[in-house]
Amino acid sequence: MVSTDIGKIALLSGNEAVAQGAYEAGVKVACSYPGTPSTEILEYLAQFPEVDSQWSVNEKVAFEVALSSAIGGLRSLYASKHVGVNVAMDPLMTSAYVGVNAGFVVVSCDDPGIHSSQNEQDNRLIARMAKIPLLEPSSPAEAKEFVKTAFKLSERFDTPVMVRLTTRIAHTRENVKLGKRREIPQKEFNVNVAKYVMVPRNAYNRHIALEKRLLKLKAYAEKSPLNRIELNSKKLGFIVDSVSYLYVKEMYPDASFLKLGFSFPFPEEKVKEFARQVKELYVIEELEPFLEEHIRMLGIKVRARDPSFRIGELRPEYIPNIVKGKKKTEPGWTARKPVMCPGCPHRPVFWVLKKSKAVVTGDIGCYTLGALPPLSSLHSCLCMGSGITFFEGWRKALGKNVVGVIGDSTFVHAGVPALINLSYNKTKGLIIILDNGTTAMTGNQPHPATGITIKGTPTKRLSLEDVCRACGADNVDVINPHNVKELEAVVKKRIDEDALSVIIARAPCVLLERKRAGVPEFQKEECKKCYICLSIDCPAIYKTEDGYIRIKREWCTGCNLCVEVCPTGALVKNEEQ
Amino acid sequence: MKNNETINILFCGIGGQGVLKASELCCLAALFDGYHVKKSEVHGMAQRGGSVESHVRFGKLVYSPLIPCGMVDYLLPLHRDEHERLKHFLKHGGIDLLQWLEKAETADKKYLNTYMVGVLSRFLPIKENSWLRALEVAFSHKKYDYNKHLFLRARREVQL
Repeated sequence: MVSTDIGKIALLSGNEAVAQGAYEAGVKVACSYPGTPSTEILEYLAQFPEVDSQWSVNEKVAFEVALSSAIGGLRSLYASKHVGVNVAMDPLMTSAYVGVNAGFVVVSCDDPGIHSSQNEQDNRLIARMAKIPLLEPSSPAEAKEFVKTAFKLSERFDTPVMVRLTTRIAHTRENVKLGKRREIPQKEFNVNVAKYVMVPRNAYNRHIALEKRLLKLKAYAEKSPLNRIELNSKKLGFIVDSVSYLYVKEMYPDASFLKLGFSFPFPEEKVKEFARQVKELYVIEELEPFLEEHIRMLGIKVRARDPSFRIGELRPEYIPNIVKGKKKTEPGWTARKPVMCPGCPHRPVFWVLKKSKAVVTGDIGCYTLGALPPLSSLHSCLCMGSGITFFEGWRKALGKNVVGVIGDSTFVHAGVPALINLSYNKTKGLIIILDNGTTAMTGNQPHPATGITIKGTPTKRLSLEDVCRACGADNVDVINPHNVKELEAVVKKRIDEDALSVIIARAPCVLLERKRAGVPEFQKEECKKCYICLSIDCPAIYKTEDGYIRIKREWCTGCNLCVEVCPTGALVKNEEQ
Repeated sequence: MKNNETINILFCGIGGQGVLKASELCCLAALFDGYHVKKSEVHGMAQRGGSVESHVRFGKLVYSPLIPCGMVDYLLPLHRDEHERLKHFLKHGGIDLLQWLEKAETADKKYLNTYMVGVLSRFLPIKENSWLRALEVAFSHKKYDYNKHLFLRARREVQL
């Protein structure tokens, strides 16, 4: 945004709107680790010179840097996906005790429907568990306003405030009016051991302060304009939050609504007031029965979803069935399977691992796609860093034929302590770092080992080789995975050795450097139709009706993996550049 | 267009085909014409060569970011398998743009999206000028002229 854009209507995503709201609210520090569906929040904030934005090493670090900036007196923001908040749980839980000083907003982007995540946990429960206020916008335009409100509430009540989006808010675009930034003077910081040093006696006293604060917040939530009664036909009333409001409004525009935008602490009186005014009352929400349980505890008669609707995201067409009390009919997974890009440097690694018949512990990133057939050579994926920790457990349980893989960004995020653990506890075997020089899955964000900051400026580059050696790896080999034979030989050697080895398989993500070499030539007369070339799962190779194979010229990058795997010489390297 | 009417367009294809670019063009054009616009899509793992769909809705005031199944006015496919998968979203009497996909493929395989948006533009109550402005914003200076040419060609070639 440039200053002449003020007053302009732009088509912002929910994430961009959150960032725009924070910018207008005078945010000074913003920290995050990339993760769908939250990534664009920090990417948008990074364009503003007034905001000190960073990709942090991981969410715990991000949370602590942002929180301490706020305690120090600067308005700050933390953003991540839902499971990223898990990584930040340790500081989050105690942040409610210490409070903030300057405003501190925690943005959680949940992923109902699991579009690009490992689970669909409902972080409304985390706000309740951490005892921090929870704001739930329904749309991008609201998200911008709610973030501004969140900063004010945070300062007024001296608490972190969670703003929760879901994928359908984060990745929806709508008309949003751009406003002017309000510069907020830095708040004075005073040393306050009783408030900022959480040793038992201080923490106990801060817990008392927290409970008192919650009572005040509850009283405020009852009056907050973010909790809005829309009276229409009194025959039918819905209590809704988040994007569910829009789905129900779409299908029942003539009904009455209690739209909860400030849903924790729960505005009980407001709910009772609404319940009194409508004849038939429904609560409709996505994922956990968060509102439902609160309402039932008040002894209010309310109809809710069949529990089958707690799984997956809601869609507008589900609402009439929910109202009729029906069970969810599973739509089934009809979408095409995602696949690694043509020329992806991960593909040759999984080809080699497939041939080695190793059991492979995996991690979070594009390379998790190595689990899908026909490559089928990744056998676990739980959370960030688990490619190495699972290696340790499976090596204990299954013996030598286990290999761990982890991406470069993921390694820096959570793999380093796991590698130290291997070395410290005398585990041997092979870890492969799939180093494509970027955080690829979330859209190519830089990380410490790239030597580039979020603003695109150069910084100290973390050497993965040095880190691995310092963590205790006996062997560190750096190999270009496109040299398949070399990779295969080293993998074979290192799996069997009585040593802790790391192979750094280093070649840039094809989305980062669009290098193209000649498309391999197909020699029809040499082809025995064995289709081994199809088993590398490259989208640029396909079988035609005559049973021979073809290469899509417009997709092929000339990586020549198909040439390497073809046993009959039917695919020949094209030396043209 | 009636006062309270919402126009619903479902764009579909696979990763790399420019589905999101096509829906962006449509949203920008509708925005420049003064409509309330909502566009929904997914990123991340869902995009890696997999199915990509984008819901676009515009009107005076739009609620749901997703088009309810069976309420799609225009289905714009860039891939036949995805068309097959999502055609039940079309409402009775909705317009299926599949019949123009072959023509788009002949015009330019790389910019199927621009051609198909040109086709779509013939059906929508959006001024040509707003479409051209959208193309200008969505494409770099280098690609703008060619895409404008392709868009206008599609607009010309569509027989309503």
